[in-house]
Amino acid sequence: MTLVLDQRRPASRALALARKVNVAVIVFLVLYLAIGLLQPTYFEPAGLMNFLRRAAPLAILSAGQLFVLASGGFDLSVGSLITLTVIGGSMLTANDPSRTWWAIAALYGVGLAVGLINGAVVAFLKTPSIIATLGTLLSVNGAAMMWSGGAPRGYLPDNFRMFGRLVLHDVPIVKIFPIAIAVLAVCGALAYWGFHGAVFGRRILAVGDNPRAAELSGVRVRSVRIGVFVISALAAVTAGIMLGGFGGVSVDVGLGLELQSIAACVVGGVQLMGGRGSVTGAIAGALTLFALFTLLTLLGLPQPLKETAQGLILIAAVALGAWRRRRAV
Amino acid sequence: MRKMIMRLAVGAALASFAGAALAQNFDDPKEFQAAKDLLAMQPQGPADKPWEQNLGGKEVDTSKYKKSGPYRVCFSNAGVDNPWRVVGWTNMQAQVEVLKSDIKSFTVADAEGKDDKQISDINSFVSSGNCDILIVSPNTTAALTPAVEAACQKLPVVVFDRGVLTQCPVTFINPIGGYGWGIQTANFIVSKLPKGGKVLALRILPGVDVLETRWSAANRIFKENGVQVVGAEFTNGDNAKTKSIVEDYINRFGKIDAVWMDAGATAVAALEAFEDAGQPYPIITGEDQEDFLMKWKAKNLTAMAPTYPTYQWRTPIIAAVKILKGEPVIGPTWKLPQPVIMQTDLDKYVDDKMPPLHYAMCGCKDLPGYPQRWGGK
Repeated sequence: MTLVLDQRRPASRALALARKVNVAVIVFLVLYLAIGLLQPTYFEPAGLMNFLRRAAPLAILSAGQLFVLASGGFDLSVGSLITLTVIGGSMLTANDPSRTWWAIAALYGVGLAVGLINGAVVAFLKTPSIIATLGTLLSVNGAAMMWSGGAPRGYLPDNFRMFGRLVLHDVPIVKIFPIAIAVLAVCGALAYWGFHGAVFGRRILAVGDNPRAAELSGVRVRSVRIGVFVISALAAVTAGIMLGGFGGVSVDVGLGLELQSIAACVVGGVQLMGGRGSVTGAIAGALTLFALFTLLTLLGLPQPLKETAQGLILIAAVALGAWRRRRAV
Repeated sequence: MRKMIMRLAVGAALASFAGAALAQNFDDPKEFQAAKDLLAMQPQGPADKPWEQNLGGKEVDTSKYKKSGPYRVCFSNAGVDNPWRVVGWTNMQAQVEVLKSDIKSFTVADAEGKDDKQISDINSFVSSGNCDILIVSPNTTAALTPAVEAACQKLPVVVFDRGVLTQCPVTFINPIGGYGWGIQTANFIVSKLPKGGKVLALRILPGVDVLETRWSAANRIFKENGVQVVGAEFTNGDNAKTKSIVEDYINRFGKIDAVWMDAGATAVAALEAFEDAGQPYPIITGEDQEDFLMKWKAKNLTAMAPTYPTYQWRTPIIAAVKILKGEPVIGPTWKLPQPVIMQTDLDKYVDDKMPPLHYAMCGCKDLPGYPQRWGGK
């Protein structure tokens, strides 16, 4: 049957292959092409490296958010956790490089705790995750503001900032190599293994698809739910360390990133309410979103208009993805 | 895809309209000239207390407000939603402490940046009968005018920082303002810029009057002097975004000679973009935040720091007590001097014991609780 079809429409095999490519990858390439036409330095290796360096925190955050979304939840607390990471990093290190490593360990500890609380509230108290993590968002943000008194109180030492800031020069082929890209590669590989390689990933999709059916077939739904929130929180701490490294301390560094990471996943074909998604999609979605921001900045549109355009383009990209999926079925 | 490009094109066209409509309001040659005149004026009053000085003001008689003390002072605050307001608000509380023998109570309502909340705050202060005088720091100019007018009927009012569209308050206290800022900063860049040098302007966001006027005045001077402004970008006051934008400009133009900023909170991020690109530091105008001043000193930059001095938060308290004692005050507008920090007096303001976004021109060193109250060590 397939053979016959193939003979009748020789183009369809190529088309089928094209359909397998994530829509976000295509949109990203188009947007990046537009950026490069406006600003040719983006076509040079250094330009691409710089772009990836700046997009890396959002990509890591989205890869973490993917786990929660695929399980049928939302994690709205990641933005405020990023703020807490940056503020906490500056308070704990107090500009003393020798304190960096234990400060980072402590921050991951905080992330672990926030993830466990999110997961436990969702798993045991049966609170919808959008409400549970909204609560965490407010408390974590409040904690960050209380800790800092509403304005930055210190600086981050250089070895803390390395992950977001350090760039190796005179590297063959790419010329410059930001450490942030290595962090992205490691996190991306870990996420890929966890989501597509390990059994855990299949359990997440099962829970996202139908928690009751998953439970009946022996999946421990509660531990899966807690696990995905922990992963998302750890990704947020990582993104926070990188953002603090890139830009330094500010009190609104995480503002709006929770929605950006969800948008990135949706652009990357991750299904809200769970059951479908891929790490490639989440990261490509984040790169797409970041390319979109960059393009709109290069076009020089005023802020309100930029936000409007951003929203419209996001809706268009998601609609395009949904339409392709319908066609593919 | 084509639709998307069309949409963008339409958007761009709309944007340029909107830009033109907005620009006219904030680029008033008369206001520009007035600010220029004020900058040239010698301030009157005690030289070591700029918050008690004024520029060309006249005294108004306040004998009709005279009361026996101590007084009940009420304050309707627009909000404490940024570091500038945090420092100012701390100044004000400390100033109340200084005058505690004259002030029986100091009641505050924080409008949290909302016009409607501030209007109801003012109304309830007026109707409570628990205020001898009302201080207002308006959230927005036009929206708060009727509430302030109504308050003027019942009790003396002092307005500071942003204004209102009425002359009814006893006095309106503020520094020279946005045009003055633009003139001071642009003149500095013009004086230091090598011939044919490129200037990048970094702005927080469009549409805010105090920021628009800073830019319109600076841009006017840049144009008059034929300075090449290669871009004016909005940073949202975000460090990471600022750094990305500056990196893009360095890549695009190879070299940026000067960076003009309409506010200094992200100045250090802008400078880091030059560090990371291995470029020499540009000429830069920031603001009086400590992190910028420390960087300036450490790297010996060609820089200046204009100020929108937070010491203006002290003046309303001093004025309020004077008014209730029936002593004359400067009015109906009280223009405070708006100093700049230059290389020569940098050492006076740099203080690594203070937090990064502490505003050095706070006039707060003589106030009780300094420096811990301001987050210093």
